[in-house]
Amino acid sequence: MTEMAPRDGAQAGSEAGLRAWLLSSTPSSAFQARCQRVYLSWRSFSRNPIAMVGFLIILLLLVVAAFAPLITSGDGTSQVLQDRLLPPSAEHWFGTDQLGRDIFDRIIWGSRITLYIVALVAVIVVPVGLLVGTVAGYLGGWVDAILMRITDIFLAFPRLILALAFVSALGPGLENAVLAIALTTWSPFARIARAETLTIRNAEHILAARVQGASTGRILLHHVTPLCLSSVIVRLTLDMAGIILTAAGLGFLGLGAQPPLPEWGAMISDGRQYLLDQWWVPTIPGIAILVVSMGFNLLGDGLRDVLDPRSGEG
Amino acid sequence: MSGAGDDTLLDVKNLSVRFQTTKGPVEAVRGVSFTLGRERLGIVGESGSGKSQTGRAILGLTAKNGRISADHVRFDGMDLARTTDQAMRKVRGARISMIMQDPRYSLNPVIRVGEQIAEAYRVHTGANRSEARRRTIEMLNRVRIREVEKVVNLYPHEVSGGMGQRIMIAMMLIPDPDILIADEPTSALDVTVQLQVLAILDDMVRERGMGLIFISHDLNLVASFCDRVLVMYGGQIMETLDAGKLHEAEHPYTRGLLNCLPTLNDARDLAVLERDPAWLEPVGAGGPGGGQ
Amino acid sequence: MIEVGDLTVTFGTGARAVRAVRGISFTVAEGESFGLVGESGSGKSTVLRAMAGLNRDWGGRMTVAGQPLGKTRARAFYRSLQMVFQDPFGSLHPRHTINDILGEPLKIHVIGDSETRILNALDEVGLGPEYRFRFPHQLSGGQRQRIAIARALIINPPIMLLDEPTSALDVSVQAEILNLLRRLRNEHRLTYILVSHDLSVVAHMCDRLAIMNAGRVVEQLSVERLRAHEPDHPYTKQLLRASLGYDRAAAENLEWFD
Repeated sequence: MTEMAPRDGAQAGSEAGLRAWLLSSTPSSAFQARCQRVYLSWRSFSRNPIAMVGFLIILLLLVVAAFAPLITSGDGTSQVLQDRLLPPSAEHWFGTDQLGRDIFDRIIWGSRITLYIVALVAVIVVPVGLLVGTVAGYLGGWVDAILMRITDIFLAFPRLILALAFVSALGPGLENAVLAIALTTWSPFARIARAETLTIRNAEHILAARVQGASTGRILLHHVTPLCLSSVIVRLTLDMAGIILTAAGLGFLGLGAQPPLPEWGAMISDGRQYLLDQWWVPTIPGIAILVVSMGFNLLGDGLRDVLDPRSGEG
Repeated sequence: MSGAGDDTLLDVKNLSVRFQTTKGPVEAVRGVSFTLGRERLGIVGESGSGKSQTGRAILGLTAKNGRISADHVRFDGMDLARTTDQAMRKVRGARISMIMQDPRYSLNPVIRVGEQIAEAYRVHTGANRSEARRRTIEMLNRVRIREVEKVVNLYPHEVSGGMGQRIMIAMMLIPDPDILIADEPTSALDVTVQLQVLAILDDMVRERGMGLIFISHDLNLVASFCDRVLVMYGGQIMETLDAGKLHEAEHPYTRGLLNCLPTLNDARDLAVLERDPAWLEPVGAGGPGGGQ
Repeated sequence: MIEVGDLTVTFGTGARAVRAVRGISFTVAEGESFGLVGESGSGKSTVLRAMAGLNRDWGGRMTVAGQPLGKTRARAFYRSLQMVFQDPFGSLHPRHTINDILGEPLKIHVIGDSETRILNALDEVGLGPEYRFRFPHQLSGGQRQRIAIARALIINPPIMLLDEPTSALDVSVQAEILNLLRRLRNEHRLTYILVSHDLSVVAHMCDRLAIMNAGRVVEQLSVERLRAHEPDHPYTKQLLRASLGYDRAAAENLEWFD
């Protein structure tokens, strides 16, 4: 590719120089042009306070997951049976559970599991959805009919039920739960990608690519996919809450992450019999799920305003 | 049957429209003044010249982030620049109508054409159904639609651009407006269809004494169709001419525009329009002049 | 250079089939500039799209540079023929920089030395290197159309199909683009087929033209005959008269041709 030239920006050093570099109307490299695009999107995104709240929550989740060993005292699985069911205190911020494990530690370590699930699902679902959707939308005809009927079959079942069926077939466990969630989540992405593709497949820039002699694969990858990506990303962010909840639901039913892994849904399940007397045991993981789900939703709403081509030029 | 002076329908003085955008304020219209009699007045200019915004501002149809200011916009004893929303709504549609470039966006897509016209007629006159239907057919005949009985049962997306524009004009005819503002009404139409639509507008001015503001980018069309022409550039009026004398225009901008039109008779390279910043004089009233 | 014989294009099948082009024939010599004129629905753009391989439902014969054309086009075909579209706001990919846009044909046809070629192509259409890393939305309509022309030109095709290249532009910008197209044709000895609804644009750009109506060519004539206002066919006469501006008498006496 073309040479990357961050030097002009790095050299300037000062904030004003960077700003000028980011806002210059004559970018001198592809790298600068992309940075400018990101920067302008970020500027309009950061003007939306609610979206920023979502962004900060997700940022916090990432930081906490990355620095879990520094924040916690153990790995969240060590049992101290004489400290069972202690209420929140200075020593145990969120209290302890029925096996004397520190709930704060478990929540922090659990954030890694949540992120692991979410990231893995995204990595499976986005390419599959994009591939199916763009191919169906661009080629049309019987390819479209077959691919979309398959998509419809997956769309027709409630997500948790379908995930349950898959997990019972595949056997319980975190990886299988991720696989089951991915299998039940990709179909709306295919629909979105197809809808986007239908609106752009006769656009003049796609025709222009055909007249340049571009192959169908190249058009799908280089011309169609970039335009579907933003709505898919928005949808993914908004779907994150659902993915987390499904994962938690599977965990709650004992079909997801297995003990002693500190998965939030499983933590609620384990602690549910203490709800009345030791409320913190099931409630705190519940709050964690709520906060992270909400964070993704707020972030998704903000991203939609920035990325969605229909809401104006970025 | 032209001539501006005898009775003035509309008197616009020092009209400005200013938009607040993310990139700062933009002055779309800067101190425009003109009068309209029972005539065909053309406003001609390139995109961004402010010609469409001038038409919209008269009716208060400027987008929300825009502010209109004017010394006055006098119409029938009212000042449209200072009137209440309620009074404006009575003027709009009933006494001053507007037609846009693509009529199909102005019609309700799920109601048959005939019903829409009849409904508009009943709202304006309080007539009963059969009367409204009779008048609808009469009006469609007047805008020279063939096979009227068939057309009234079509949905807006089923009619061609030229047909849609004639239907739109038929709807505008109902309340018998004093002024019609037509914003590029024929730009999307074929030249022969354009001729027909213009002939209908022509009739309305001649027979009913209506005032027509015809906004267009097409100099030849405006020169051949209108009585008087305002040439706009950068939100200002460069010059006002008798349409017949457009080709003898003196302002360098008008001359430049005329020179860069390809003609049937000439195969030489076209002149390139050189823009002179001095054409845009700073405006006194209200706004700072140096719009960029 | 180009031969089109008895070309038909039909959209849809069965009772709903629309015959957009109904058997038209014309030839274009090497280095010639040929105009296709007609009103909307006349089929003029459909002819171009069939030539460019954007529409496979055509019948008849088409030959470009001695090669008969089939329903599908090999990649190499596009090195001999490129197209410029009508809408400068729609024909450039909104997420690609100008560099990506101009580099794409080079990648497709595996042509090296892209940096020099891109800068040359920009220069050729009168744009400086500072435009290279901008996005299309940072350009004006005229600049975008220059980019679209540069993109078509960058692989040096001998034939250019121009589909209403200036109808979305202001007249002052149209003049610049028309001048540019004329200069490029002279410099590169290009063959043009220009589709337009505007007789004066075609008269300005072309040597010869065909007037189309309802899928048929009603008349082919030289531009001199057009300038002398001497077309043979009444449809051409009417079109010519209507395109000269508002004319009450002409409006009263319109005829319909099918």
